[in-house]
Amino acid sequence: MAAPCTRTLGYFLTKYGTSCSSIYGVSSQVVRRQICTSAVMHRKNLAAAGPEKFTMEFIEKQVEEFNIGKRHLANMMGEDPDNFTQEDIDRSIAYLFPSGLFEKKARPLMKHPEEIFPKQRAVQWGMDGRPFHFLFYTGKQAYYTLMHDTQSKILDVEKHQDRLRAKGLFSQDVKGIGLSTSRWLLKEELEELLVEPISLQDYTRFLQLMERLLSLPYCAMEEQFVLSYRQRLESQSMKRTVPSLEKDEKGMAFITSQGRRKTSNASVVLRDGGSGSVNINGQNYTQYFSVLQDREQLMFPLQFMGMLGRFDVESTVSGGGRSSQAGALRLAISRALCSFLSERDAETMRQAGLLTPDPRVRERKKPGQEGARKKFTWKKR
Amino acid sequence: MALHRMPLRLRQTVTHVRWLHTSGLGQQQEALVVEPEPEPFSVFRTQQNDPASQSEKHIGQFYTIPPADIRTLFPHGLPRRYQQQVKTFTEAAVMVRQPALEVISYLKETDMSKPAQRYMFYGLKGGGKTLSLCHAVHFCYTQGWLVLHIPDAHSWVKNCKELLPSSFNASRFDQPLQATEWLRNFKITNEPFLSKIKTRQRYLWTKRELTEEGSPLGELVDQGINRVKSSSDVVGALMKELRQQSGQPGCDFHLAVAVDGVNALWGKSSIQKEDKSEVDPDELTLVYNLRKMMRNNWTGGAIITTLSHTGAVYPPKLAYLPQELLGERGFDNMDPFIPVSVPYYSEKEFESCFLYYMDRNWLQHPMSRTEEGKKEIIFMTDRNPSLLDRICAFL
Repeated sequence: MAAPCTRTLGYFLTKYGTSCSSIYGVSSQVVRRQICTSAVMHRKNLAAAGPEKFTMEFIEKQVEEFNIGKRHLANMMGEDPDNFTQEDIDRSIAYLFPSGLFEKKARPLMKHPEEIFPKQRAVQWGMDGRPFHFLFYTGKQAYYTLMHDTQSKILDVEKHQDRLRAKGLFSQDVKGIGLSTSRWLLKEELEELLVEPISLQDYTRFLQLMERLLSLPYCAMEEQFVLSYRQRLESQSMKRTVPSLEKDEKGMAFITSQGRRKTSNASVVLRDGGSGSVNINGQNYTQYFSVLQDREQLMFPLQFMGMLGRFDVESTVSGGGRSSQAGALRLAISRALCSFLSERDAETMRQAGLLTPDPRVRERKKPGQEGARKKFTWKKR
Repeated sequence: MALHRMPLRLRQTVTHVRWLHTSGLGQQQEALVVEPEPEPFSVFRTQQNDPASQSEKHIGQFYTIPPADIRTLFPHGLPRRYQQQVKTFTEAAVMVRQPALEVISYLKETDMSKPAQRYMFYGLKGGGKTLSLCHAVHFCYTQGWLVLHIPDAHSWVKNCKELLPSSFNASRFDQPLQATEWLRNFKITNEPFLSKIKTRQRYLWTKRELTEEGSPLGELVDQGINRVKSSSDVVGALMKELRQQSGQPGCDFHLAVAVDGVNALWGKSSIQKEDKSEVDPDELTLVYNLRKMMRNNWTGGAIITTLSHTGAVYPPKLAYLPQELLGERGFDNMDPFIPVSVPYYSEKEFESCFLYYMDRNWLQHPMSRTEEGKKEIIFMTDRNPSLLDRICAFL
């Protein structure tokens, strides 16, 4: 039982260096192979960098090992090996190797080799040593192919326009491409798509060329091509689900919600048809928050929607300091308030930043310095 | 002078009328109050400046304490923020509220031959306990009572600059500065009584100084003011004289004892002796004598007290009820007393106070004139009088 499982672990540790993997008893052949990792590949010209880093056989072997390891892991955890999903793997790894490391990427992981090994390009040249692609010697064949394609699309569109002009059917106001719901791929995303590093200048030139294509009246001909280099945007508030109101024994609507900020947790019960009383941990809010700013925080969502004095708020809050407690309560009240509002009002609340949790947390102290950022007093000797 | 004042009053009325139209709620409530008023100058102000003739229908309205009364009755007795407000508005307007009216109605009915009754204002922080006390004290003053007003008992158990061992009893400590200050204010407040009342005992202060039997009370007080060393004992003697003489046949004065922050008497103290050990309040002459005053073994008067969390030495957090603040010993000593709760402003009182600030042009922010602005202020203060005062200070 133990031997195969260490192999599995050795597999997911291979990513992090040679020394670890030898401890876990992975064959030395594997060790030698993974010296060239993705970091190296990014630095050099990929197309001209010689033979590919991982052979197909190697990857296949890794996949096979992964599948076996997954089954072993499932058996160890006493679960069904056939229906063992990636979430189950993550859960088991977190259970078997609890890690307190701050950086999430540094924690032990076990993923499918496709996700771990960077996407690779096929062999670029044949047995006789001649490259397949005519742009191979530019060094960035995929990028220049894209540019060539785009340029030829532009020419096609222009040709089409000329033909229409000759027939007298040309008009300026034809339907263009709707771009409001999408954005251009970022440089990193484009690099991933092309499997090739490109410079910032290359990227801007690509954008310029695309803009030129879009400036043509009949660009809608190439809509599919353009959209394949754009990322769809989704409206955030549309994705959010608003819990529906509940009724208490008197038939009054109420809603419960939670909010958190820094280390504070707040839960709020918002009751309709109240007198505007606010109760925090069994105390009046003016007693609980003696600082004006905290009471302002509490008031803001209600005041923003013009609903002061309509609701009774009953809340409990724990942890953190006074301002983080006020922030947590504000978030909880805003979330609860959403259920009483129309979709449009909720959207205004979101745009006002009332529904966005504050992601700021305390920064950790660093070794070798006095605090998170502060350094020790400098002494010459 | 009267001519001078007239246009001012009228102007207030005019500004007020405009206000009534904007807030329908206030108009309805206040209109009821105004109708029976013979001179309806404004809804938030009553012309009835005598506390004795104020009644339920004046609740929520402001009355003005005459400046002369302020000078004699409260040479030190008003809370600091209220004093600032008086200075800013150039008038001392006090709202007529239910707790003070209740106590005043009891005081009117007092049977002077019975032991003194004890009243205690209690309530949440910033509710107006001290001002209710001041209102009641003002009633006593206008009725011609002798007012023995201790504006802050807490100041006697902390921040003592000078602490001397008592010459009368070695186990006690004198606070000459506090005692002289208090005596000076007592003298200002009760000037007419000082010559009328005669001492009934011979007091020997030092080998050479003494107060003969039958000398006026003013001499005793002057002794305390001039000879700082004996001032604490003078306070004790003064209280003893008043206690013995009030309610007795032949003495035509009523005694009103008003103590703000009565819980200080049975609380802790933050004064240190020379060897850095804490002084117990029992050991302080002033506190010891004042406690005797709190006993109801004397007749012909009343004891009005307030509890106070503000300024108290190590009070339990969030405590405001008598048994919590007084402690077991204090409660037993004060029992039986009549507790009077001082709540936050009601809706009507808030409206009245808001209009008063508006009338004084105290609220300058344009938003404060709108309905939303008022709602915001209500939320931020929860109709707490003290918080309202603080918030309006920068609007």
